[in-house]
Amino acid sequence: MQKSTPGASLETNKLSPLQLGGIVAVALLIAIAVSLPVPGTNVTMVVLLAGVIAVVATYVISRRVEGRRHAQDRIVTGLVTASFVVATLPLISLIYTTVSRGTNRLDMEFLTGTMRNVVGEGGGVSQAILGTLIITGIATVISVPIGILVAIYLVEYGRGQSLAKGISWLVDVMTGIPSIVTGLFAVGLFTAIFDPGYRSGFAGSIALSVLMIPVVVRTVEEMLRLVPMKLREASYGLGVPRWRTILKIVLPTALPGIVTGVILAIARVVGETAPLLLATGLSDEVNLNPFDGRMASLPLFIYNSYITPGVTVQASYDRGWSAALLLLILVGVLFGLARLLSAALTPKGLK
Amino acid sequence: MTTTQTPPSDTTSTDDDFMAGELPTRRQDKLFEGITTGAGILILLTLAGVAFFLVQKSLPSLELPAESLPNAEDIGGYTWPLLFGTVYSAIIALLLATPLAIAIALFMTHYAPSKLAKTLGYVVDLLAAVPSVVYGLWGIFVLAPFFVPVYDFLADTLGWIPLFAPVVTPSGRNMASAALVIAVMILPIIASVSKEVFLQTPRLHEEAAMALGATRWEVIKTAVLPHGRSGVIGGAMLGLGRALGETMAIALVLSPTPGLIGFAVFTAQNPSTIAANIALSFPNFGGQERSALFATGLVLFVATFVVNYIARRIAGESTGY
Repeated sequence: MQKSTPGASLETNKLSPLQLGGIVAVALLIAIAVSLPVPGTNVTMVVLLAGVIAVVATYVISRRVEGRRHAQDRIVTGLVTASFVVATLPLISLIYTTVSRGTNRLDMEFLTGTMRNVVGEGGGVSQAILGTLIITGIATVISVPIGILVAIYLVEYGRGQSLAKGISWLVDVMTGIPSIVTGLFAVGLFTAIFDPGYRSGFAGSIALSVLMIPVVVRTVEEMLRLVPMKLREASYGLGVPRWRTILKIVLPTALPGIVTGVILAIARVVGETAPLLLATGLSDEVNLNPFDGRMASLPLFIYNSYITPGVTVQASYDRGWSAALLLLILVGVLFGLARLLSAALTPKGLK
Repeated sequence: MTTTQTPPSDTTSTDDDFMAGELPTRRQDKLFEGITTGAGILILLTLAGVAFFLVQKSLPSLELPAESLPNAEDIGGYTWPLLFGTVYSAIIALLLATPLAIAIALFMTHYAPSKLAKTLGYVVDLLAAVPSVVYGLWGIFVLAPFFVPVYDFLADTLGWIPLFAPVVTPSGRNMASAALVIAVMILPIIASVSKEVFLQTPRLHEEAAMALGATRWEVIKTAVLPHGRSGVIGGAMLGLGRALGETMAIALVLSPTPGLIGFAVFTAQNPSTIAANIALSFPNFGGQERSALFATGLVLFVATFVVNYIARRIAGESTGY
């Protein structure tokens, strides 16, 4: 036989997917065999152990068969993939826990009742659902027009101006404000106008708006920048004034992105708890007037059901989990809606 | 054109004077520009308002009587342990999250098939969308009890390191659990910024490395990571900013000891954080003590501002983020 050519050695000295699968399977078997006699093992431990064994075994075998560099490559591939799996575990665990514990109380009484005069078990969250819708709704009504106008200013009018640069910078600052600080701001603002104990849904909406406006500005800005300059120029060429060009040409073109961005911004603030804790407070009964008195909300209801569970602790926890499930569903629906709308509203040519 | 006086009835005249017909349009344009500029200035006013009310409401805290604050002589002594806890928990969370986030970003950009990567990006986005109060509940009931055996093991074997000093709190509601929850929450931010910079690696650099026979890891090590370094650091700083301000998850998971400064992460005695302390104390405090909470809030505002500013300076250099 002749000496093997370098090309042939590359072909032969390579682990096949089948062999790699075999290493993983053997590692899993070893891990199970080792951990079975140990008391108190759980699935996670076994999987973790199997992962470590598989990575070490792959490295050793690959190093002998394929050489050091390829062994290193395999290790990194294993670690990167494992990291991703590890990162998705919290999400899976969180969704599983919320669904399994949250369905305990997801009945009609829970959805339609209130917490008025409820001491032990029973009770409902209709006041919190309505409160969340009202508070988030007002925040949206305030934030969306302001956000879109600011974005129009930054993209259409302010290009190159130092004022626009400054405002763009301030939007960045605003993006980073911790939610609890917006709550303090709302408290400071409204107690300066009204009495020191003032709390209302509207104060909460103002706090949420401070969180929401920068998100809307940034997404709308990005969408407006995507509108081709040619469209604007064609419009100017037909003698259409600038403001009509923006309203009739630029905004409609960017609409799908804007709608998606707004929905995602709503999804971001709908679960905010800290600002409402300070500015709005919690109520046991339905309060439909955002300008008068405390108002319930789903996030704060969840927090409160753990912090002050009252006499029947488990009943309160169950209510908290069910409210958490409702909130997760709400956020999930908003996310799905954003995706569907962005797919449906995008003009066919741009897909 | 020249400053010719236009008749007041210019809006009604139709086509007899071209200039007269153009002026209202110009005025409308100016008006619209004015409205959008006004909205921009509203941003400025809002931020000025935030700063103003935080300062105004925290001024009385300077003259608080000595015994009105729990475990502190004055506002400085009250704020310092809280600031320590805030920075400490955020840094632990950052150290836990950053390597994982880089791995996730690499997985999405260089390992997963491109169709799968899109779905995976959606999963990571979902991780960012979960409300922090739900993370808090999950932290208490699932994460903390799950990690107690791990804490026990570390405290038994490495307990001589002050960080891992015993006794482990049986509920698991300690600094380590709080940091783990924050790590999960900031993971998507760091991962998505890292993903953006990794995607912007010059194609030629990667192909050049491949042409030299580099393995996938060598391509990443020699082309992708050096290009993305500043972006990753910027993303990590953005995550740090979010971690500093995280409120509800910590308020739920951590069981705080007022006034404490300590490095042990497994015990039942934990320093509180500014944001969590505001959430927990605000409902119980009277108007006078509340000024101390406003003062700590002002410190938090300034701290997150500085961190975010640095983050954008670093990230902006490489991505224009």
